[in-house]
Amino acid sequence: MQAGGADGFRLRHLLSFRWVAVAVIVLGWFVYYPIVDNFIVSTTNEDIFTGEVTNIGLANYQRLLGDPVVWTALWNNFAYAVISIVFQVFGAFLLAAIIEGLYSERAKRFWRAVYFVPSAISITVTGLLFYFIYQPEIGLLDALLRGLGLDSWVRPWLGDEKTAIYAIIAMSQWQGFGYSTLLFAIAIQKIPREYYDAAVVDGAGPLIRLWNVTFPLTREMTGLMIIVTVTGAFQVFNEVMVMTAGGPNNSSQVLGTWLYQQGFMENDFGYGAAIAAVIFVVTMLTGTAQLIYTRRRRVQF
Amino acid sequence: MSIAVAAPASDRNAPAQSLWRALAKAFLHAFLICLGIVVLYPLLWMALSGFKNNAQIFGNPFALPIVWSWDNYVLAWNQGVRNYVTISVIVTVASGFCTVLISAWTAYGLTRTRMPAKPIVIGLVLGGLMLSPTVAVIPLVRMMQALGLYNTFWALIVLYTAFRIPFSTFLIRAYMLDLPREIDEAATIDGATESQIFWRIMIPLCKPIIVSCVILHVLFAWNEYLFAMIFSGSDQTLPVGLTSIMAKHGTNYAVVFAAMTISALPIVIVFFAAQRYFIRGLSEGIGK
Repeated sequence: MQAGGADGFRLRHLLSFRWVAVAVIVLGWFVYYPIVDNFIVSTTNEDIFTGEVTNIGLANYQRLLGDPVVWTALWNNFAYAVISIVFQVFGAFLLAAIIEGLYSERAKRFWRAVYFVPSAISITVTGLLFYFIYQPEIGLLDALLRGLGLDSWVRPWLGDEKTAIYAIIAMSQWQGFGYSTLLFAIAIQKIPREYYDAAVVDGAGPLIRLWNVTFPLTREMTGLMIIVTVTGAFQVFNEVMVMTAGGPNNSSQVLGTWLYQQGFMENDFGYGAAIAAVIFVVTMLTGTAQLIYTRRRRVQF
Repeated sequence: MSIAVAAPASDRNAPAQSLWRALAKAFLHAFLICLGIVVLYPLLWMALSGFKNNAQIFGNPFALPIVWSWDNYVLAWNQGVRNYVTISVIVTVASGFCTVLISAWTAYGLTRTRMPAKPIVIGLVLGGLMLSPTVAVIPLVRMMQALGLYNTFWALIVLYTAFRIPFSTFLIRAYMLDLPREIDEAATIDGATESQIFWRIMIPLCKPIIVSCVILHVLFAWNEYLFAMIFSGSDQTLPVGLTSIMAKHGTNYAVVFAAMTISALPIVIVFFAAQRYFIRGLSEGIGK
């Protein structure tokens, strides 16, 4: 069949690159190159009037360390991660266990679908929706608080420096918990029934079964979800942009919105690129953790 | 059925214990229903507010609309939403088609050929999963300006394709790895070329995961905001268009509510119609 012998054979193997060529070129051009370029941009300063680009070394990174908004943003991203782990990882795990334990197959599917609906809707829509819900004049939240007699709690949630970022994070929990509940439900379904039967024979009650069977056997999913959640928390942009654009007084800035503010509003590409580099480092660390985690898991099975 | 919480009937229950169980069960039911209300009521409020006029919106927020008029929906549709929907459909369809086609090609090459240095290529393609679009956005602005794609929807088609190839390839590759090799080996012996095997055998066999990929891509492209805001210029997609409606009609809240509802509805319908594929895509995506 191979008339050309070894050479023809090798040629055929080289030809198989045609299957991956488009993907490699597109990724190299529009994903890898810009990310490398970002580090080069971060060491420069562009004069917006003359367009002259000067190399300023690590000055942008020095500026990062002394920029109080960067520290606010880092703290807000961190709060985002911690609160999301509580609700979208552990809360979602408990909810999935309740749903998988209580009902008929049809009811399970119903509740999973109901809780998932906000995740299908764009964050822009849910962000705007909660922008209205948090409004003091027309919003649901303050109207509800007044109705319950909690007038002292009434406030402009997004206009208050103390509550703005937490109001945004709360919206994000509302939007995202159904997604992780669905993933946990899938993981729980994969647990062999025999484990539960054995636990029942041993006289284990529902809570004991939850703690001794369901939780340990979905631990891989829990670990993965924590990593995915942290990565997501450091990339947050959309909801903050739509709801407060980082205000009031920069109190709800996250790294993504501060990058946008500096890079595109102040036209300081160099400093914006330096903020992007911080996001890169954090997401690379969590991404590597994820890789190691999934590798180790594959070896275990 | 009882898995995690409820007790099977054969348990050695004392009556008091079964009463306790019934109470716990009722409590959990009530909890699920309350949570369901917290999830769905804001969405219902959004759709209902689209029927109100401004006086009613500033009145009791829990009240139902007095007159059920579609005026706000029609106004929102005619004052921009129609254009945003068109652009969103073009960008979603074009980038979805390119992403899935390129990803299927790549997955085939990574699973069915004896390409040299395959681990490096796999690492290059799937490594893209770890890279965040935010980090690339500033250099991409300059690049798109140089290419003349800045402020057009072409930039979005290119970028949505590029940034989603790793994930789609990851899903299709995992699916192809599980397909028995005997099928395409038999076709090779019968004299089929690689292209014929790809189009006539692999694509039909991979249909379920391809549908999942398409749906997850639609969910992504319909809702994406960062790139859309920076690159689309006057070719605004729905999420960006909504914020401009907000800026334009800042005082006429009802129109904004109507526009939000129109924007959310298609994707919710897609989700309910194709739930099975959604769930397959999600579980393959994170479970492997």
